[in-house]
Amino acid sequence: MSSTESMAGTEGVTISRTGQQGAFGGELLTVNFGPHHPSTHGVLRLIVDLDGEQIKRLKPVIGYLHTGIEKQMEALRWQQGVVVTDRHDYLSPPINNLAYALAVERLMGVEAPPRAQALRVIMSELTRLSSHLVWLGTSGLELGAMSMLMYCFRERETILDMNEEISGFRMHTSYIRPGGVMADATPRFLDMLASFVKEMPGHVDEYEDLLTMNPIWRARTIGIGRLSPEDAKVLGASGPMIRGSGIAWDLRKTMPYSGYESYDFEVATSDACDCYGRYLVRIKEMREAVKILDQALQRLPDGPVNVDDRKMLPPPREELETSMEAVIHHFKLFTEGYSVPAGDVYVAVESGRGENGCYIVSDGTHKPRRVKFRSASFVNLQALERMALNHMIADMIAIIGTADTVLGDVDR
Amino acid sequence: MGIEDLAESLGQNVLTTTLGKVIGWGRGNSVWPAQFGLACCAIEMIATATAGVDIARFGSEAMRASPRQADLMIVSGRVSQKMAPILRTVYDQMPEPKWVISMGACASTGGVFNNYALLQGVDKIVPVDVYIPGCPPRPEDLLNALMILQERIKAQGILPRQ
Ligand code: SF4
Repeated sequence: MSSTESMAGTEGVTISRTGQQGAFGGELLTVNFGPHHPSTHGVLRLIVDLDGEQIKRLKPVIGYLHTGIEKQMEALRWQQGVVVTDRHDYLSPPINNLAYALAVERLMGVEAPPRAQALRVIMSELTRLSSHLVWLGTSGLELGAMSMLMYCFRERETILDMNEEISGFRMHTSYIRPGGVMADATPRFLDMLASFVKEMPGHVDEYEDLLTMNPIWRARTIGIGRLSPEDAKVLGASGPMIRGSGIAWDLRKTMPYSGYESYDFEVATSDACDCYGRYLVRIKEMREAVKILDQALQRLPDGPVNVDDRKMLPPPREELETSMEAVIHHFKLFTEGYSVPAGDVYVAVESGRGENGCYIVSDGTHKPRRVKFRSASFVNLQALERMALNHMIADMIAIIGTADTVLGDVDR
Repeated sequence: MGIEDLAESLGQNVLTTTLGKVIGWGRGNSVWPAQFGLACCAIEMIATATAGVDIARFGSEAMRASPRQADLMIVSGRVSQKMAPILRTVYDQMPEPKWVISMGACASTGGVFNNYALLQGVDKIVPVDVYIPGCPPRPEDLLNALMILQERIKAQGILPRQ
């Protein structure tokens, strides 16, 4: 067989010979993995050079979920853009909303009222929890702990029910908008949140019972996927990826937004630098998120949830019947929207995956000139090769899992 | 035993039907989906398989990693231009008879993304049996689509060779 000829293996995997000699006397093989493969967390494609079962080179190929989200936003008015931000990192919609809303607000020079800020924190932390739950469930599933998926999605459903209560939608809430939030929290939402805060620590204990001391889980994650602190910095990793390498870099502490500076929580880190360390970081973050939720609930301020600016947000329904001015504002907002002063701004927030940044350029019109997302998944994906080098091919599954990439976020 | 007695006792234990109905009944209650997650909708598809909604009640919990073992392709999410040929390959690899559910606004029509990057509806490349609206559809919506499909499969019986 010539070196260009390839042998078709199982679906999604093709093998071709490289002609190079490996260290064990065999020949290096190039294996194609994906983009349709059950354990690549979406449509990621990897081209791996194997010496026996050892990974010698790993090249991610991306773009299979390219949606043109950034380009699409140039065609939408400022307030319509929120809807599209939900859909790039689809495991943390409200956090994406927050990055965009903060960027628009900063250009316009407005700040959301205190109650809105607290609600934003609540939604962000709920999202972080649900995102980590999906990560824990699917990673567990891939490494053979099937029941993790069932447990984690049980709690995730509770969070989605809360999303639905507050915004009317399960996943893509579009709840956080420039100028505030969509609507005030209902009393039922606050009740649900209170009981969730009470129950969730017990559930996290449950997950830890299943995994932390589980010999199979430990064998598959300890010492696998090492990423030294230097490498993590050089590769621009963020979120649990850099904190799992012992660097306490969390935007909620280092560049606080939405009043995070007033909450008492710890930044979870681990010096293990491996998949197990990152698992511990995420578990700790779930506990800290519950702590933040509890504090936010205890001292949720009263007051409006939107800025009082008729040029930016529609007037309340009652006003429309009595005031001509309100009708005009309403009409203007829904026919041409508001315009944002010319300029550019970059705002970053901490999502479940790391630094989720939003860079917007405005030319002073009612549509953005350019919107760019700095997505954590895309940057963290770079570290994949460094982590997987010289590991067995079977460990690659653990390593893809630990990077927690969302392909929608990578490709946008 | 007289012949009347025999007929009487058999009447309580034998069911007469057509072969097509039996095959349709069997196929309809064991639709195995290919594990084909694309975007946000895939998360709701996973949620459908978990304990809360439990697609296993309808005989479809066996998500197959290989299309060669699957009867149903759930296109769960947006299909980019780059992904489209792969989706078609996976579809071609599935054995007959096969069905397709287009899950979500993106798979059905392109959804909120009317742009250069996305296929404006997966029905441009594969035949779709059931469309589910929603962005993303709820897990219950997926179950509903599955039940609609099951009714259709049961009614089909033996299919002509293609
Ligand atoms: S329909 Fe909505 S939820 Fe489904 S893939 Fe498209 S954007 Fe995501």
